[in-house]
Amino acid sequence: MSHTADTPGAITRRQLFRRIGLTALVAGPAAGLLNACATSGGGAAPAASGSAAATSAANPLGVDPTKPLEVVIFKGGLGDEYATQVHQPMYKKMYPQAEIKHVATQQIAQTLQPRFASGDVPDMISNAGADLMDEGALVAEGQLLDLTPLFEAPSLDDPSKKVRDTLLPGTVEAGMIQGKPYVLKYVTSTYGMWYDANLFQEKGWTPPKTFDEFKAFCETAKSAGIVPYAYAGKNAAYYQYWMILISAAKIGGNEVLVNIDNLADGAWTAEPVRQAAAAWAEIGPYMGKSFEGLIHTEVQTRQNQGKIAFYPSGSWLENEQKSNTPPNFAYAIAPTPSVTASDKMPYEAIRVAPGENYIVPAQAKNPQGGLEYLRIMLSKEGARGFTEKSGNFTVVMGATDGLELSPGNKSVAEAQKAAGQNIVTHSLFETWYKELETELRKQTNALMFGRISADEFCEKMQAAADKTKNDDSIVKQQRSI
Amino acid sequence: MRHGKYPFIIGFLAAPLILYVVFVISPYLQAFYIALTDWRGITATPNFTGLDNFARLLEDDVFWAAVRHHIVLLVAMPLLTIAIALFFAYLLNLGGGSRGGRMNGVAGSTFYRVVFFFPQVLAVAIVGVLFQAIYRPDESGVINGVLARFGIEPIGWLTNPDIALWSIIGVMVWQAVGFYVVLFSAGMSAIPKDVFEAAALDGAGRIRMFFSITLPLLWDTLQVGWVYLGIAAFDGFALVQVLSVDRGGPDNATTVLPLEIWRNAFNFSKYGYASAMGVALFFMTITFAVLTLRVTRRERIEY
Repeated sequence: MSHTADTPGAITRRQLFRRIGLTALVAGPAAGLLNACATSGGGAAPAASGSAAATSAANPLGVDPTKPLEVVIFKGGLGDEYATQVHQPMYKKMYPQAEIKHVATQQIAQTLQPRFASGDVPDMISNAGADLMDEGALVAEGQLLDLTPLFEAPSLDDPSKKVRDTLLPGTVEAGMIQGKPYVLKYVTSTYGMWYDANLFQEKGWTPPKTFDEFKAFCETAKSAGIVPYAYAGKNAAYYQYWMILISAAKIGGNEVLVNIDNLADGAWTAEPVRQAAAAWAEIGPYMGKSFEGLIHTEVQTRQNQGKIAFYPSGSWLENEQKSNTPPNFAYAIAPTPSVTASDKMPYEAIRVAPGENYIVPAQAKNPQGGLEYLRIMLSKEGARGFTEKSGNFTVVMGATDGLELSPGNKSVAEAQKAAGQNIVTHSLFETWYKELETELRKQTNALMFGRISADEFCEKMQAAADKTKNDDSIVKQQRSI
Repeated sequence: MRHGKYPFIIGFLAAPLILYVVFVISPYLQAFYIALTDWRGITATPNFTGLDNFARLLEDDVFWAAVRHHIVLLVAMPLLTIAIALFFAYLLNLGGGSRGGRMNGVAGSTFYRVVFFFPQVLAVAIVGVLFQAIYRPDESGVINGVLARFGIEPIGWLTNPDIALWSIIGVMVWQAVGFYVVLFSAGMSAIPKDVFEAAALDGAGRIRMFFSITLPLLWDTLQVGWVYLGIAAFDGFALVQVLSVDRGGPDNATTVLPLEIWRNAFNFSKYGYASAMGVALFFMTITFAVLTLRVTRRERIEY
């Protein structure tokens, strides 16, 4: 399931593929080479081969209602019931004459790569799993359809709104390759500090809203014999740098993270990053040195045993810990506390990052149908059905209103609602510049376990970012939002 | 018969030779070439960048940290392992003193011999996982759990940058000792018994016998052991990977070259740079082996 990519430990094959894919995408010469080889020629996405029917208000994408539709779903942790029992019936209801062919596989690349080579491609693909296809290479070969028409089309729920406006901020941008949205990232992960709502209720604690409150809370928890906050330094230091970066973004706005991704001069020594690092460094000593030597499952289990109050993680945590969670343990998420009184984002701001990729092949026989299928997935009904069948949230805002949810998911929904438009974006340097990311893990541990100060942290990270910037063997990428 | 000899020999040699060339020699040569390029594992045509990668190596702090660790490993690991293995081997074979004109090991030596060999049989990954539990930094760790009973604060075996490398060296020694006990035992049993008998008649004690007879007559075996251990000191990948904080941490305190090669190649997709590290490692290993064999060369004692 997609969340394995977010769990620490050995690199999963999927991450490896992703990285290779990413490198392929940014490797200029390679892309050129592939372009030259592609029979379609040229770098721009070729026009969809299927002929479009006339567009209308009811059919804004110009779907030919008689054309068959072939959908390929990766049948992994999310299953494929969300497709067969929710989205496909919805399509069938809108276009009763269309025949839907459903293909479920766990080997996307093995199943589809030969079909791409021969030009006989399906109309919509969930590109996921260990054997997902390299999207960068597909774009370079002109095999993917630009999804802009989908995002510009009116929403199924409210024709006065464009699809893009019904999605969490940053969704469209998250699927951009070479500046165009070729990928729909459909599932979201929400990041924050996780705690046991029942334990907090029993102790009469509430999540702290400022770092002063956080420190006071740490004292309280400590005197109650509970470690107030902990992460796993041995293999999950990135859980902690997420928190530092989220705090930095809350202080100075998302542009802090954009600058970091763009390797801007002084991005790491900027005041918000320094303040965030300094604030978190004060929390480190409450953890105790031993957590640097523990792995994520050890720390998560300790939280389940009631020995740790807060644990930084993403919304896959509840599902990941399912078998270890005692029945009276109710996962809940809290946003990171505010650092200063003048933070640009309110306390409620939270990081929500999209993932799980859906694509429409450019050479599809019914690309309009593929886009329409995605538009159905992005309707409230489609998204709610997805959450019901798979237990995961989608990028569609407000889709889970009134749905019966697990405690953790319920808490995530509430947190997202409270956050509204105050969404902290995900950092892309983590996959763009692996060396910088490795250095950040190292320095995060050094900061949190008291070997360096916040100033040293910022300087060391700036030096590492500058080194990446000046290394001409690394292809640079940019994002604007 | 004479004319048929060469085809016969060639027929035997060809298959292993071809396999060796294809799977050992040619990757080596390719690594030397890749080290001179900026290959990132994707393109079919990497750019030739000359010695750029090696120039970068000279400025790479992590690389030098790894080299320093290899030097520590190179000195400490063989010394400790050989000293402990020699001690045990001597006890197992000759430590019991002479009885009826024969040198014997201490009581139960056959049993110990088997026990000593256990760690050698375990896969390195298993050893790593075992020691993860032994070194765990809080009271749930085996060592820290014992220390806690005596009221001693838990020690960050792997989280304290000052002792992390030594903790890992400890595991390496623990795992290697068994093999060298067996190796040295074999060497000792090859020493003619009458030499010991003569020494015993002359009134030499066990310690004197060890230094004046066993050690000199075991020199060849020791030399082999030293080269083996030295080459092992240039590895350490699996244990560091499994045991250390954040793979090579904290703060690069435990990193080794094979780990950095792995990280640069498979994590950073810098195959060219990783190959340059590999080439550097290759020369270090070769230099060590040649030096050891030269420096320790002694006149062979025939008996």
